[in-house]
Amino acid sequence: MRNLALSDEILLQVEKPARYIGNEVNSVIKDSSAVDVRFAMCFPDVYEIGMSHLGIQIIYDMLNQFEDTWCERVYSPWPDLDSIMRKEGIPLFALESQDPVRDFDFLGITIQYELCYTNILQVLDLSGIPFLATERTWAHPIVIGGGPCTYNPEPIADFFDMFYIGEGETQYRPLLDLYKECRRQGLSRTAFLEQAAKLPGIYVPQLYETAYHEDGTIASFAPKLAGIPATITKELVTDLSRTYYPLKPVVPFIKCTQDRVVLEIQRGCIRGCRFCQAGQLYRPVRERDAQMLKETALQMLDNTGHEEISLSSLSSSDYSQLEELVSFLIDSCRERKVNISLPSLRIDAFSLEVMEKVQDIKKSSLTFAPEAGSQRLRDVINKGLTEEVILKGAALAFRGGWNRVKLYFMLGLPTETEEDIRGIAELANKIAAVYYEVLPREQRNGRVQIVASTSFFIPKPFTPFQWAPQCTREAFIEKAYMTKRAVSEQLNQKSIKYNWHEADASVMEGVLARGDRRLCKPILAAYQKGCIFDAWGEYYKHDVWMETFAECGVDIAFYTTRERGLDEIFPWDFLDCGVSKAFLKKEWQNALDGKVTPNCRVQCNACGAAQFGCGVCTEPHTQTEDDTL
Amino acid sequence: MKLRIKFSKHGVLKFIGHLDVMRYFQKAIRRAGIDIAYSTGFSPHQIMSFAAPLGVGLESNGEYMDIEVHSLTSSQQLIDALNAQMVEGIRVLEAKLLPEDAGNAMASVYAARYAIRFREGCAPAFLNRATIADFYSQPEIIVTKKTKRSETTFDMKPHIFECALSQDEQTVLLTVDASSSGNIKPALVMHAYYEKNGGVLDEFALLITREDTYMNAGDETTPKLEPLGFIGSDYE
Ligand code: SF4
Ligand code: SF4
Repeated sequence: MRNLALSDEILLQVEKPARYIGNEVNSVIKDSSAVDVRFAMCFPDVYEIGMSHLGIQIIYDMLNQFEDTWCERVYSPWPDLDSIMRKEGIPLFALESQDPVRDFDFLGITIQYELCYTNILQVLDLSGIPFLATERTWAHPIVIGGGPCTYNPEPIADFFDMFYIGEGETQYRPLLDLYKECRRQGLSRTAFLEQAAKLPGIYVPQLYETAYHEDGTIASFAPKLAGIPATITKELVTDLSRTYYPLKPVVPFIKCTQDRVVLEIQRGCIRGCRFCQAGQLYRPVRERDAQMLKETALQMLDNTGHEEISLSSLSSSDYSQLEELVSFLIDSCRERKVNISLPSLRIDAFSLEVMEKVQDIKKSSLTFAPEAGSQRLRDVINKGLTEEVILKGAALAFRGGWNRVKLYFMLGLPTETEEDIRGIAELANKIAAVYYEVLPREQRNGRVQIVASTSFFIPKPFTPFQWAPQCTREAFIEKAYMTKRAVSEQLNQKSIKYNWHEADASVMEGVLARGDRRLCKPILAAYQKGCIFDAWGEYYKHDVWMETFAECGVDIAFYTTRERGLDEIFPWDFLDCGVSKAFLKKEWQNALDGKVTPNCRVQCNACGAAQFGCGVCTEPHTQTEDDTL
Repeated sequence: MKLRIKFSKHGVLKFIGHLDVMRYFQKAIRRAGIDIAYSTGFSPHQIMSFAAPLGVGLESNGEYMDIEVHSLTSSQQLIDALNAQMVEGIRVLEAKLLPEDAGNAMASVYAARYAIRFREGCAPAFLNRATIADFYSQPEIIVTKKTKRSETTFDMKPHIFECALSQDEQTVLLTVDASSSGNIKPALVMHAYYEKNGGVLDEFALLITREDTYMNAGDETTPKLEPLGFIGSDYE
């Protein structure tokens, strides 16, 4: 029988002990004495969130296909267990072997959002690994970070031995080979890091140094040693139909956020919404072949027994073989009594037909993400969705029996005025009016329900808005009140519900998103004062963060509300995600001019991603105009 | 056609709660390719019902669930197909074809038998055959049931069908009411036993295994306990 790292006594005390016992269907057990590399792959949040992440499943599956490597999983212990582990001195362990993480060769951490930074420190702390990379020895694992936040790794640079920039499928094999070779030769840890820094996509922060101007901006950022690259280009998979994909993903015992088969249909996005980081980071768009996806879907269903499948990608409606794939799935899933969970699709005749087949209309809702309330502001952010398209789509859907609509907007976008904000309420009102217009009383299925939600815009690196000032917390709250007032003034206000997100964490998130290396200290200090699980409203300690920033001399305005100069060197400029700074600058200007840029299928705008020679950059431009908004 | 499946649950599986075990079996049944019947509607569900929920922390040699299938292979084949999908700690033991008119598993539950052992060093000093016999021979065993709003007292005695000590005097054997109306938790009986002997029970001291779950094959006045699989038959 398996031995567990935690005693029965502890497991019976904590909430959801199944988070810590492993043993799930399809989890991989190997003989630890028969492998060369032990890899702990961590998602620094609670099990149910971490287990739902596709990226980790892909890397877990790939690394375990390597005969010399055993990859295991690690998640953040929930605060109840956290305090027990500290009190009793129990080291953090990996789920499969239940062995301490500290004894592994690698600790990989995927970094999906800024609000998990303190959880990274929790993982290091509970593992008994020094916080600072420079204080580690061969007695500690190599700590490697990956995921979207590594596109500005600087605020957490001190805590990582290395970052892997880009998609994980390509460079792990060379990295593990190099590791094995260095260990065999008995080289020092530093020597290994120096060699790893020369591999494509690998960034070793301690080998670089930053100098600052008096005003706090960066004067220079450069490698300390000759032979270490000054620029690091992201790694990516050029052919997504012929690469790793987990056919036997782990099936958790407890209900997770994604309790289903996830089929990633493409990476990247052809649309360049100017606020959207993902839209730039993952360029160019690369599709997976429909045939490969069909075969993969069936095998994954067979191997997991999941009763649901979902498609995953950015802007799924742009996937060129969507109709073929979806009709195949509808047929084969009906036969297998498997539910299909649709991604949010552009509302048109096709998507409504599909939705009607796979969802209960009475329970489902239409989703639109206009992101801004007025056409003017939608042009600024390059969100092509027009009012006309939304109202037409809504009318079509109302006739088909739907009566719920969800709308997503952002507040605090560059150039936003009161009029744009009023536009949110007005658009919601017009949609409600359409319902009463197109449906005579006797055909109505109750009142129409419109839910408008707003989030606060936080400028992110590698977007045209990376130069933009972020709003203050007070301005955000004022804007939310303005929206609420505007909604209450609408004729159909009874049919409109308005929700907004908390503004508290947005300041902290803004500081971290465009922060630099000087933030490592305050982040560590905040953690040491008890900040953890910041992404969980009930644990987020706003006052402690603000107090820590003040004590550490962090000027919040410098990172958030300051408008950055066009020539400023950004902390992330040494990374090349494919999209050039010149292109982003041009797009920033286009935004201020209210000029729209067509999508990649209509016209190539020479963003720089063609350097990878794959995906949409190598296809003929088939759409003549953007008729697919 | 309705099948009654018996399984055991040990080791780390004791930390998996009742609802999650149901979800686990739904997926296992799909992986095993069993021809199970589904409900109709937009999200069809497998037709499946579990006998008596087992608390987190308990192990079992006698759990039951009923499933409805469209076609039959053989008991052994079904057991093997499911066992090929099981994780360590959970085994399928029986698959019986039920007669048409059999009541569902949950409604059929009458009693459950538990073997209660003690963790290292946790057995009470007063544990012996005499104190157990004394305890069980009381004309009534009054306990207080606390709910959020009120406290009620009731007599547990008629709901205890067996209370004995094993040959080696290490294990308390307890058969109690497990029906949905009168279900008795084994720990509740142990609390009363401790109290009678001047002790206070820390539930963590107990290692409880449900040995089997029973139906009443007799009548109200003279119950006859038979394992839930009793009314079914192996099939070829
Ligand atoms: S459609 Fe726009 S918001 Fe959505 S992923 Fe693409 S660029 Fe981002
Ligand atoms: S190079 Fe052109 S086609 Fe390729 S991603 Fe950039 S804009 Fe799109």
